[in-house]
Amino acid sequence: MTNLTCLTQRLLARYWGLGLFVLLLALLPVFVHSPYLLSIMIFIGLYTILTVGLCLLMGYAGQVSLGHNAFYGLGAYASAIATATYGLSPWLGIVISMLLTGGVAAVIARPIFKLKGHFLAMATLGLGCIFYILFNEASSLTGGPSGLTGVPYLSIGGWAFDRDVKYYYLVWGAAAVTLLASLNIVHSRIGRALRAIHGSEVAAQSMGADTARLKAQIFVVSCVYAGLAGSLYAHYLTFVNPSPFTLHFTLMLLVMAAVGGLATVWGAPFGAALVTLLTEVLRALVPRLLDHASGEHEIIVFGFLLMVIMIYMPQGVVQGLGELYTRWRKGGPLAARRGGRALPLLRRWLRVKG
Amino acid sequence: MNQTMLRVHGLHKSFGGVTAVRDVSFEALLGQVVAIIGPNGAGKTTLFNMISGVFPPDDGEIWLNGRRLDGLPPHKVARLGVARTFQNVQLFGNMTVLENVKMGRYRHERTNLIAAALGATHREEERTYRAAMQRLKRVGLADKADLLAPNLPLGEQRLLELARALAAEPRLLLLDEPTAGLNAVETIRLAATISRIRANNVTVLLVEHYMNLVMSVADRVVVLNYGEKLAEGRPEEVQNDPRVIEAYLGQENGHGNANRNRR
Repeated sequence: MTNLTCLTQRLLARYWGLGLFVLLLALLPVFVHSPYLLSIMIFIGLYTILTVGLCLLMGYAGQVSLGHNAFYGLGAYASAIATATYGLSPWLGIVISMLLTGGVAAVIARPIFKLKGHFLAMATLGLGCIFYILFNEASSLTGGPSGLTGVPYLSIGGWAFDRDVKYYYLVWGAAAVTLLASLNIVHSRIGRALRAIHGSEVAAQSMGADTARLKAQIFVVSCVYAGLAGSLYAHYLTFVNPSPFTLHFTLMLLVMAAVGGLATVWGAPFGAALVTLLTEVLRALVPRLLDHASGEHEIIVFGFLLMVIMIYMPQGVVQGLGELYTRWRKGGPLAARRGGRALPLLRRWLRVKG
Repeated sequence: MNQTMLRVHGLHKSFGGVTAVRDVSFEALLGQVVAIIGPNGAGKTTLFNMISGVFPPDDGEIWLNGRRLDGLPPHKVARLGVARTFQNVQLFGNMTVLENVKMGRYRHERTNLIAAALGATHREEERTYRAAMQRLKRVGLADKADLLAPNLPLGEQRLLELARALAAEPRLLLLDEPTAGLNAVETIRLAATISRIRANNVTVLLVEHYMNLVMSVADRVVVLNYGEKLAEGRPEEVQNDPRVIEAYLGQENGHGNANRNRR
């Protein structure tokens, strides 16, 4: 019986965490009015949606994607073209974006997941490059390098999400939904099977898991998240051009996922926040501290901090800080139970990546 | 009790120019323990891999309780009620002991991706939890449920793999060298566990080098040599078959002694 109460407690813990998280975020605009800070928070929300998908794919299923910029861009352009060019409702634009990214991902998934490790990384890398070139070159559709303007705001009956506060709530509402769905997936048989694939694909199959199908499914989920984020991005800036959708962007997402913790859903919002805030703070701070320091210098400090985090908290800040807390509470050695899980995960993933 | 559970007929497999299994046929009845023995390289694991769908046979047929298995992918074979352990233990190293066994319940769970995302899993998770804990208790690992699987000693890892396979409630259980790495006490416990599995009408195929275990738990023994079936029969018949003694037992007795000395 105690085991069942334990289960109930775990379920409560899952949703309490999310509830508290949502409450704190909902209260934030009461204290923070600066449009600059709110716009940073909006971007953190967008990156959270993207990073959660990447965590599911890489941290749980152990499959690398270096091509998520393609799906972020595809989502943004699909929405922009549907609304700015064809005059459809922005809400419909979001739906189209998610359907299109999901559809493209589903078609690509089967052949691409026949590959493993380095080869999968290379193939997804190629995918990102192809779409970046498409955004630039298919200028009749995408407007080429100068992009598409006139993407409308999202609105409900004349009430438009045109100010940062409003959009803040919209983006974080979407992020909360993706977090909830991801937490649910992770705590189900699907999540278990995804981690099993990571652990031993042969054994997972011998338990009845259709691993090819599962990989494809979770790839589609993470691409639909990327499509959603892309679409929300387009309707926030009301302008889309190819420059954000480069490989560099995917690498930034990887950093967010790794810093937050690959093998945990909660790593996503914290990783996204930490990396985004760090970038902004350093951009403001470094030129003041160092004479003649330009944009290049902040990247050096940024890289250094990342190295420190990855050396001392290789399982990501969420589990790393959790472990520090446990150690502080108990005054004893590290509880190997929690920390031990992600460490080999990340090592294996890094090995896969090279 | 005379119902045929597994029927293997004329199985053939070669890798490149090397023939691993040649024209092997045998049957296993419901609730029988059939041991597959033979020197290293005799084709035992290849046979297991064909039955469990890891690769298809070049020729021949595999029938499980009237359904044809050969050519099916591993996950479909598993869903028909075939569970297995591996010669080199294949645990999910990133998961706890309990989670490993829960994964064994996969073929009995039904939640799809959409239902999972909506969170409609509580009842299934509770059922899975109970079933998994029951299997863990059966192999004596319940108190280690929350440890990471790789933190167990090798002997317990083998037991865990067995618990995971049992959690699938298989009709046919394939055990690939289950005593490798077990100490004497664990081996005795394993023999008792196998007898209990048989009592539940599960058919067991056992690849094993440790002759004492084979002789004590097997109903029938199939002897492979260079990919071909050399002999088949009750353990004492096989033990006294001069061809078997020449090809296998004489040589393997030496191995057995070495094993015992090591223990």
